[in-house]
Amino acid sequence: MLSSAILTGLVLGGTYALVAMGLTLQYGVARIMNLAYGDIVIAASFAAFVLFSALGINPLLGMLLILPLGFALNWLIYAILLQPLARRSRDRGRLEGDSILATFGLLFVIQGVALVIFGSGFQSYNFLAVPVNILGTIVAANRLLALVLAVAFAIGLFVLLTRTRFGTVIRAVAANPASAPLVGVNVDSVARFAFALGGALAAAGGVVISMYLTFSATMGVVFTMKALIVVIMGGVGNLMGALAAGLILGLVETLVSTYIDPGLTLAATYLIFLAVLVVRPQGLFGKATS
Amino acid sequence: MKLAAALIALLALAFVPSLVGPYPLGLMIGILGYGILATAWALFSGPTRYISLATVAFFGLGAYTVAVLSETLPYPLVLLAAAAIGLVVALLVGLATLRLAGIYFVIFTFGLTELVRQLVTYYEVNVTRTLGRYVFLPFGPEHIYWQLLALLAATLAIAFWVRQSKIGLALRVIGDDPVVASHLGIRITRAKLTLFSISAVIMTLAGAIQAPRWTYIEPSIVFNPTTSFLVVIMALLGGPNRLFGPLLGAIPLFLLFEWLSANFPNHYSIILGLLFIAIVFVLPNGVLAAVDSVRARLTRKEASA
Repeated sequence: MLSSAILTGLVLGGTYALVAMGLTLQYGVARIMNLAYGDIVIAASFAAFVLFSALGINPLLGMLLILPLGFALNWLIYAILLQPLARRSRDRGRLEGDSILATFGLLFVIQGVALVIFGSGFQSYNFLAVPVNILGTIVAANRLLALVLAVAFAIGLFVLLTRTRFGTVIRAVAANPASAPLVGVNVDSVARFAFALGGALAAAGGVVISMYLTFSATMGVVFTMKALIVVIMGGVGNLMGALAAGLILGLVETLVSTYIDPGLTLAATYLIFLAVLVVRPQGLFGKATS
Repeated sequence: MKLAAALIALLALAFVPSLVGPYPLGLMIGILGYGILATAWALFSGPTRYISLATVAFFGLGAYTVAVLSETLPYPLVLLAAAAIGLVVALLVGLATLRLAGIYFVIFTFGLTELVRQLVTYYEVNVTRTLGRYVFLPFGPEHIYWQLLALLAATLAIAFWVRQSKIGLALRVIGDDPVVASHLGIRITRAKLTLFSISAVIMTLAGAIQAPRWTYIEPSIVFNPTTSFLVVIMALLGGPNRLFGPLLGAIPLFLLFEWLSANFPNHYSIILGLLFIAIVFVLPNGVLAAVDSVRARLTRKEASA
């Protein structure tokens, strides 16, 4: 039972990490605290659901369509909604406040659209629900695939950010948006690209979630919350920190729901969040700033 | 003079229940309820710019306390218990987050409603084994109206007093520049914590007083996130840094919300979301501030002409 709980926890944690990596890009580079993030995740889950159940398209193939769509949608959201706010507010505190409010409004718009189309019920579909035996523990193949995908995306993103010229530009903006223009970086377009890339990762997370979890139109808030907690635990903008924090969160949640009570998983999440805020507000893997 | 005018207005409003029918009275109760929540929200979030997204967590706690305790305790004690619970939760949240940058507070309050809702559900399912309760209190709508009117008057009085007092000034300095505030010797965390607690207790009481209106209460009804959302947009529309701003924002938006939920029950959250974004873009400081700046521009033109 313990080994199956740990495996389930790792799968869940991998998904959280994948979802949180997109948010850490959006917040760390584009400086947008996006409260509608989880609703983008859920929108992608619904897209995968529709492609699979109505057209019979395998979610892995569906990603080829959904990821670019997520990228384009978030590119538009940033260009239309958030860039004017970023231009209007010169200091970071003001932008944070305005972006929180604007994306809070966006949350209700996206959620409202999902409610009109799909209603408030839970949805799921059956994809690769075949049991696989790993070291004596039975686990569904779709969960294993979810973990593999999460790790693959994490490595891909890490390589992009640390080994390519473009990744260096993104990290320059994350480190210091005021000095980046001095070395010839166009902060506006890099921020827009990072926000869109974060949206594509959110979409990837949504497709992965739809493969093995049930989801509903009003669940976005929960995913935003968990992604935010993972981002803060891992340290803002820290990808490997997000991966580690996501895995920890997934493990703790699964252990709590297996051994204590499934109704207390969110309370456990919050307890971890509280502990991090009290002991290390800069994140488990972040550097102290003050 | 102003005090006398306020008292006369209050007295006149107290006679409303005997003059109007049940439907307008229901609307008045709704406006008072949201007016209290928006004023209490702005009491803390206006000067500090710490956006609280957890109004309904406190509101729902108040309503639920009444549902649980109203059969075993006399009503005044139930209200006291609700206020105490609201205070304890506010202190816990505040102590954990208000020492840090505003963003942590926002994130914490963003998920707080869901957390409280799940904890209450857990408690009901596992400990008391009753999900959903009936509230039987011998109150008509006019009694709820009078209680809300008294609470609104108290909230406005507190807001007025805070604006005059040292703590209000301290909070405005914190909102403008926390570094300057700490150099001036302001005890930042204590000032923020005090105001956040007052604001949360008022929200809890607003929920407790309105609980008898539902008759049947369950967590998904009283912890409805739309309420938090409405409160923020009302306060922003009227202007969170004005005494009567949030109340003035609550009136049109509550009526609009009533109309939308009656005529477009499936689409109102989309419409409200778009409206919210529009307000953030067009009126970042609220209607009253916009009116003032237009008036200032007009007088400047007159002076130069």
